[in-house]
Amino acid sequence: MRPRGYGLAVCAVAALLAGVISGCGSSRGGTAVGAVRASWGDPQGPLEPANTNEVQGGKVLDMIFRGLKRYDPRTGAAVNMVAERIDSPDQRHFTITLKDGWIFSDGEKVTARSFVDAWNYAALVDNKQKNAPFFQDIEGYDQVHPTQGSATARVLSGLAVKDERTFTVALRTTFSTWPDTLGYTAYSPLPRAFYDHHEQWLKKPIGNGPYVIDSYTKGSQMRLTRWDGYAGPDKARNSGVELRVYTDNNTAYTDLQAGNIDLVDDIPSAQLKNVRKDLGDRYINQPAGIIQTLDFPMYDPAWNKPGMEKVRRGLSMAIDRKQITEQIYRRTRTPATDWTSPVLGAKGGYKEGLCGDACGYDPTTARKLIEEGGGLPGGRVTITSNVDTGSHRLWMDAVCNSINNALGKDQACTVNPVGTFADFRNQITDHRMTGMFRSGWQMDYPLVQNFLQPLYYTDASSNYGKFSDPRFDKLVDEANAESDTAKAVAKFQQAERILADRMAAIPLWYQNGSAGYSTDIADVELNPFSVPVYERITVK
Amino acid sequence: MGRYVIRRLLQMIPVFIGSTFLIFLMVYALGDPIAALFGDKAPDPATAARIRQELYLDKPLWLQYAHYMGQILTGDFGVAFNGQEVTELMADAFPVTVRLTLVAILFEIVIGVTLGLLSGLRRGRSLDTGVLLLTLIVVSVPTFVSGYVLQYLIGVKWAAVSPSVSPEAPFGELLLPGVVLALTSLAYVTRLTRTSIAENSRADYLRTAVAKGLPRHRVITRHLLRNSLIPVVTFIGTDIGALMGGAIVTERIFNIHGVGFQLYQGILRQNSPTVVGFVTILVIVFLMANLLVDLLYAVLDPRIRYA
Repeated sequence: MRPRGYGLAVCAVAALLAGVISGCGSSRGGTAVGAVRASWGDPQGPLEPANTNEVQGGKVLDMIFRGLKRYDPRTGAAVNMVAERIDSPDQRHFTITLKDGWIFSDGEKVTARSFVDAWNYAALVDNKQKNAPFFQDIEGYDQVHPTQGSATARVLSGLAVKDERTFTVALRTTFSTWPDTLGYTAYSPLPRAFYDHHEQWLKKPIGNGPYVIDSYTKGSQMRLTRWDGYAGPDKARNSGVELRVYTDNNTAYTDLQAGNIDLVDDIPSAQLKNVRKDLGDRYINQPAGIIQTLDFPMYDPAWNKPGMEKVRRGLSMAIDRKQITEQIYRRTRTPATDWTSPVLGAKGGYKEGLCGDACGYDPTTARKLIEEGGGLPGGRVTITSNVDTGSHRLWMDAVCNSINNALGKDQACTVNPVGTFADFRNQITDHRMTGMFRSGWQMDYPLVQNFLQPLYYTDASSNYGKFSDPRFDKLVDEANAESDTAKAVAKFQQAERILADRMAAIPLWYQNGSAGYSTDIADVELNPFSVPVYERITVK
Repeated sequence: MGRYVIRRLLQMIPVFIGSTFLIFLMVYALGDPIAALFGDKAPDPATAARIRQELYLDKPLWLQYAHYMGQILTGDFGVAFNGQEVTELMADAFPVTVRLTLVAILFEIVIGVTLGLLSGLRRGRSLDTGVLLLTLIVVSVPTFVSGYVLQYLIGVKWAAVSPSVSPEAPFGELLLPGVVLALTSLAYVTRLTRTSIAENSRADYLRTAVAKGLPRHRVITRHLLRNSLIPVVTFIGTDIGALMGGAIVTERIFNIHGVGFQLYQGILRQNSPTVVGFVTILVIVFLMANLLVDLLYAVLDPRIRYA
């Protein structure tokens, strides 16, 4: 594959020049035979399940942990993993029974206590776990995690251990699809070692998943090996995974071309036009559970007065989504026609075209609607986003151009770039937006509820535009109380139609996950979270 | 000499305090970093408040700075957002960047001074014009262009070296990044040396040396080169600091986990302990390099005396 002789010669010269023995040798370096070498990003925080809310740390947790449920990598359906069954008479009180035979890699048994203790740890405000709000539906959350002051209880009153393999959960309200949320990593069980030797555990986390961590050099690499004592059905098909931290996805891609790495799960946008030629069918581009929208500051009367729904609708129709996704993103985004994601599937609640004409490109109608609605507030609109990552500047310019062309005005839409993500987030949470702003939503679990309730329910945690509609709230409540999944999904879709009516946020496009791999490995898939399914990869 | 060094060291204290305060102020001015830790989700207020308290972010700026400086004096650079000690990050990053800088400086000195000397001695000939053209090209190509191009050509197309650097970053793997990092400065060193040589070759002391009948190599190395190196040494000295802190682009291209990587990530995540800590060390490196340069003057030119 590569001219080895030349390479070695250069290496020898290099070693001579530097006066040291350099790291030249086999191209696979120190990686174990049969292991996958994959690109990685430095996780933002320590690798605790309830404290990891970003994809890089999530990748690792997904390899070393198995929770009550797990989302099928292909369909996204929540299937039982450690759970044997989850029963509920009233959609509010749940009894969870565990399968026998699951152990952590340090030999400890996975019991009901492993879950209850982990959840109590996650919810307690003193432990500063970023995923604590995932436990807010459980009774007693307000006592262990008050908005202000210190906790008045140490454990959630809604959790009770019945015996070694059974525990019960009481929720504050009915939530029929709650068991399906349990595939999220925040709900993972934890061994005693997590509490007893916390420092040690953070250096080398111990879980109950198909891999164990062999070595972890923070900021550079992690080596995981297959755990032969793993009890689950999805044993690893390779001997291990070596995750290498790349600061620049261009370098990872270059390394893939040079045969230095097997799997890159983020193709740099600059390479999208060459990737088919470079990799052929070793390039994966498939929908992921991510939707990008433009939100409106509904807390600003200028955007919320009667007639503005026409303006919002007009703006949506002024955006040529098809052209932007093709020109800028080279089909790694798909024009959105609803407020969910294709990964849910029709049964899960994705409804193509639910948005109707409002998400199509029609500049004439757009202009008419905006005029009918009283025009843009102050005659102009801005689009705000951070521009430090994700090439946001590019599409914002394109969207603004599209709007300006439709309206026939040069300065109707302008881009308001914010330097850092943190600053952007602060401006949003402080309600300082005066025009449209970018909002990206990556699902926590493949449920239609997760795309609607946290974002558009009155005062919901991620409802940044402060959108509020009693009809929407009522339908969501009804959907959550519905025990039949199909009926619940239908209710959620009714609620979604209200979003279409009022155009609370403009759906832009669904984001795809992309990956490329070398000829050394096969059976590479991405799950609905656009993370490679490592345990299924085979090494040639 | 000793008193001069002590005086210079004392002068560093206000510079050090001033520069760290400025950096602290700038990182602080970027705003509250906690919101970004929660990604696209709204931060949970109770958790965010606890994290702020733990990181001392709920105090006014001057208190934060005083607290930070107090920590630094005891050798504690604080904890980065990922729970790692900043000193630990430094122990990982600085050796790598120092190695990279060494490679780059070595290239600068060996190739830059040699080319400068040759073209200075052959003023107006084809070699001189060739080197001039070459340096002009090198100076006008930005690092990220030369970096990606060389990486692709040598690393992928010809597969002669690995396009990225492994976490251990041995010297051998740092040769290519070192060259890329050195390129621009190398051109400057060449130009500086050439001008200096050209100027000094008409000096009286050189004519004397030739008239004394000294062999040519002795005239050039002992008299011409030694006297011509003073501006070059100044440049290289300040360049050490610039290379260590300014390798962000090169370190990104070649995936080197050095100082530039940590700074870049620190700024992106608004991780003030990392940014201020690393910059503090860089400030010290800069000050020390400058002092060293001044002391080297005396070695190169006996007429310069410090008291």
